[in-house]
Amino acid sequence: MDFISILSIFVLACFVGYYVVWSVTPALHTPLMAVTNAISSVIVVGALIAAAASGLGAAGGVSKWLGLGAVVLASVNIFGGFAVTARMLAMYKKKEKK
Amino acid sequence: MVLQLLSAGAAGAVEHAATPSWAMFAYLVSGVLFILALRGLSSPATSRAGNRYGIIGMTIAVATTLVTHVPRISLSLDGDPSAPTAFDSGSFGLILAAIAIGGGIGFVIARRIAMTAMPQLVAAFHSLVGMAAVLVGWAAYLNPQAFGIAEAIPLENMLNAVAGAQLVPEATALHIHAQSCIEMGLGIAIGAITFSGSIIAFLKLAGKMSGSPIMLPGRHVINLGTIIAILCLVGYFTMDQSLWVIGVITLLAFIIGFLLIIPIGGADMPVVVSMLNSYSGWAAAAMGFTLHNSAMIITGALVGSSGAILSYIMCKAMNRSFISVIAGGFGAAPEASGGAPKEQRPWKRGSAEDAAFLMKEAESVIIIPGYGMAVSQAQHALREMADVLKKEGVSVKYAIHPVAGRMPGHMNVLLAEANVPYDEVFELEDINSEFGQCDVAFIIGANDVVNPAAKTDKSSPIYGMPVFDVDKAKTVMFVKRSMGGVGYSGVDNDVFYMDQTMMLLADAKKMVEDIVKALAH
Repeated sequence: MDFISILSIFVLACFVGYYVVWSVTPALHTPLMAVTNAISSVIVVGALIAAAASGLGAAGGVSKWLGLGAVVLASVNIFGGFAVTARMLAMYKKKEKK
Repeated sequence: MVLQLLSAGAAGAVEHAATPSWAMFAYLVSGVLFILALRGLSSPATSRAGNRYGIIGMTIAVATTLVTHVPRISLSLDGDPSAPTAFDSGSFGLILAAIAIGGGIGFVIARRIAMTAMPQLVAAFHSLVGMAAVLVGWAAYLNPQAFGIAEAIPLENMLNAVAGAQLVPEATALHIHAQSCIEMGLGIAIGAITFSGSIIAFLKLAGKMSGSPIMLPGRHVINLGTIIAILCLVGYFTMDQSLWVIGVITLLAFIIGFLLIIPIGGADMPVVVSMLNSYSGWAAAAMGFTLHNSAMIITGALVGSSGAILSYIMCKAMNRSFISVIAGGFGAAPEASGGAPKEQRPWKRGSAEDAAFLMKEAESVIIIPGYGMAVSQAQHALREMADVLKKEGVSVKYAIHPVAGRMPGHMNVLLAEANVPYDEVFELEDINSEFGQCDVAFIIGANDVVNPAAKTDKSSPIYGMPVFDVDKAKTVMFVKRSMGGVGYSGVDNDVFYMDQTMMLLADAKKMVEDIVKALAH
């Protein structure tokens, strides 16, 4: 992909984000932060690429281990973020109909 | 020898740079699923489905990467790039182990954490995203071929481009694209700021560090200088790709993150947490640009705008500009600006029995919770009290100010934890007109959000902040630990001294439990 296509995706996604987030009900702002936290760990993609690369030379070896470290950190966030969001959302209940 | 390495580099770059189109499509799908995850949060009813979309999106992104980047190991011993490769089961095992370790830790923390500790948990999670961004940036710098961001250029050009570069080690023989350098440099810098800033926010929220602002002399000059230095170094990085440049960028960014957050006080943390949320998104987006990965870019933009909007909402609810929050210092020891202290004014103290009696007779009660409720964990007792009152035929509603608590939506989560139905919980603008018809306004652990000075006193630091009109209620009950303490803003509150106000001085949880007991009689 060339730079302009990437930039287009980015700019359009910012607008999508703007409208989607304004429609989030204030009562769910804490789960919103938890779930955005979880999805921003999609950075794990970069970490996996680094960890899977065939490390040529010393620099390559270090890169591989840094990648593995990043995989651990991002995984804490992914599993922790989604699990804690699910736990919070499960608590939001409506009034029982009498 | 060098030439041979260069050709190896070129082959490597070609081999990795092209992402198959099905993979690009899969990343796009996961990006769209993330949008749906946030969209689901527009109502509690659809939110659980939204969270599932998020999980599916993440699974697709991870699976796609694992399939397109299967670790392979060269079968030749002398590093010949044309030699056949084999599946590197060792590396693959390490990756799975890394996911299992991280995932296990995350899952256990998520299951065990108390709901009142949610603000510091979110701050801690932000720091991990920041650190992961730094590590990925460094990994990309050290092994640019794997990320398809480097090209090998002929030696003469190399000499022209990097004057005086040592041509011996293979790393310097590879030239990372200028554009990738900027993206990578910014990604590392934002990631590092997110990391150290979130660590400070975490320590302040967890009470492991004083919540009061720490002011350094000349900090604005230092901060601005450091930020400019980082930007200049990122620019310089395109020309000189030495290790020290990226090292200094990382170090300065760690320092600036630390410096930016220490002068900000505890109750401004909702803004800080949202801001760091936004940063973690921009860091992911910057890495997405480096990797040409649409899932990362879409997510980064979503998270970035989400955090920015939350910061804006919080600032607006305090009637303060984003700049003034970031500049910090709010909530420092009250200055001697007021001159003569106000005379001692009379106020009335009530007991739990008085409060129970009045509320039983009331037709409608509006409960206004604040950070004090979270501190004393009074939400369960409060719901019990509301249940008893509802049985007596009293209408009970909860009113939540946008900045109540230590993060956006903090009070809502705590009330939800205590099984308060979400359709009994109202936002400031939806309920403020009802105080005129309400018999009892029950304020528990809140202070500044009910202070009428925000409406009348132009010299007050909270002037202009939207507040609850509790002065219109027939009776105001104010649960507070003692008369001595003032709210976070350090401003005295006229509500204490109103004729219809009854001060209930005790720990919030204890007081509510006593009221519940008194109601039973």
